[in-house]
Amino acid sequence: MATIQSPLPGTFYYKPDPDSAPFKSEGDAVAVGDTIGLVEVMKTFIEVKADAAGTFKAYVADNEAPVTAGEALAELSG
Amino acid sequence: MAIKRLLIANRGEIAVRIQRSAKALGIETVQVYSEADAPMLAVKQADQAVCIGPAKAADSYLNIDAVIAAARETGADAVHPGYGFLAESAAFARAVADAGMVFVGPSADTIERMGDKVAAREAAEVAGVPVVPGSKGRLETVDDAVRIAGDIGYPVMIKAAAGGGGKGIRIASNADELKSMAPQAQAEAAAAFGDGGLYLERAIRSPRHIEVQIMGDGSDAVHYFERECSLQRRRQKVWEEAGATCLDEETRQSLCASAVALAKSVGYRGAGTLEYLYDEAANAFYFIEMNTRIQVEHPVSEMITGTDLVAEMIKVCGGAKLSHTQEDITHTGHAIEVRLNAEDPFMQFMPWPGQVTGLQWPQGEGVRVDHFLYAGYQVPPFYDSLVAKVIVHGADRADAIAKLATALSATDIGGLKTTIPLHQALCADPTVQAGAVHTQWLEPWLDAGHLMPPQSQGAA
Repeated sequence: MATIQSPLPGTFYYKPDPDSAPFKSEGDAVAVGDTIGLVEVMKTFIEVKADAAGTFKAYVADNEAPVTAGEALAELSG
Repeated sequence: MAIKRLLIANRGEIAVRIQRSAKALGIETVQVYSEADAPMLAVKQADQAVCIGPAKAADSYLNIDAVIAAARETGADAVHPGYGFLAESAAFARAVADAGMVFVGPSADTIERMGDKVAAREAAEVAGVPVVPGSKGRLETVDDAVRIAGDIGYPVMIKAAAGGGGKGIRIASNADELKSMAPQAQAEAAAAFGDGGLYLERAIRSPRHIEVQIMGDGSDAVHYFERECSLQRRRQKVWEEAGATCLDEETRQSLCASAVALAKSVGYRGAGTLEYLYDEAANAFYFIEMNTRIQVEHPVSEMITGTDLVAEMIKVCGGAKLSHTQEDITHTGHAIEVRLNAEDPFMQFMPWPGQVTGLQWPQGEGVRVDHFLYAGYQVPPFYDSLVAKVIVHGADRADAIAKLATALSATDIGGLKTTIPLHQALCADPTVQAGAVHTQWLEPWLDAGHLMPPQSQGAA
């Protein structure tokens, strides 16, 4: 099982905007380079990209949660 | 009523700056902070500190109820909003006043009036302040827009009446473009602001950004001369000067007098800034908006006039009359401020919220640093990237630039990447040295590769 980690400290968002669906849902295929969320760092939004391929299992960080660099954001299965 | 206990509803360098003036006035300080900001310098230096919520600004620094509760709890009799966050929230100013405390700024009604672009423009015209040629008030139909644009002359800028921060702005070069852009702008304004009202202004090409610092006590008002802030990236000022050497003395006087006229006509209280576009070719200035708060770049005005603007705004909002008549306020030399942001200028200005491992600040006469750093401090990632401002005061502009270059080479913030290399490159640039810049100058300069990391210079 692979985890996707935050590249930077900041605020994590798993939706592109508050009214949209999450970037990924359980069972979605994930390819290397897919955007799975955003980290807001000092008012700049950085895309979080998957560095492994697999099947999306779940977000382990909450939407709008403060996160540290290296913190697990999402899990992939398979 | 003189203020005795001041709550500071802000963070970072401006919180430290406000505390400095409050202490000089013998006023006790109450610092609010978010859970992520417990280690910040302003918390350590305050007489009291109160946590007002989680890291997210919407739940802490922007939470009016939490700030008012902290002020009541600590027995504060006044609130200083700093800049950003709630500084220009009429609702906050009203809540502070309703709680029986002094808001260190203008009245909620003035904030509301000057925060609305159309209302501010109308107030300027009434006070005889030149505005960019444009529509008188809001436009509801595309036909009206085309007719008015013919009178004011193309290119025209289409703006949302309720907008801000550049959102919804479009430039049309002719009537056909205007006809296709105006409906889009209306739809976008309605979606973003719930108000589809538009207004039009003539687009000034390559303008300079000039602004005037004013102070009012509710009946009288004075100016502290002008600043030029034309070096901007993504509409954010990066380098600011006082005064504006592009202006001749007559233009400077009429510019500053226009700002005082507007401040007086609205019965302004506290510190404020009137922003103008300056069309150098036409030697004409046009009022664009008013900021009803202290600004990031206020130190350059303090340097050339030898005043403490933060102390003065606290005094006048506490009920005092202005400390200075206009004749008392004189200026000497030239001052420059540069913003040191925790960003990597060689990586598209990527934010860099690191831990400070060591600090070395420039010293000497006419050199000032406003900051909130200390060795071991972890810069939080949740807020603005501004970590310090280096301010210099020289005999003239060339002297100030030379002093700035020396000061920057003596500055070292270990553990962070900062915009120091950008400012060093600007100091060395002939166009900057000649003062021949405008608001559209810096971004193309960066795109053209003028800022290179030291190790790659001269590489094949």
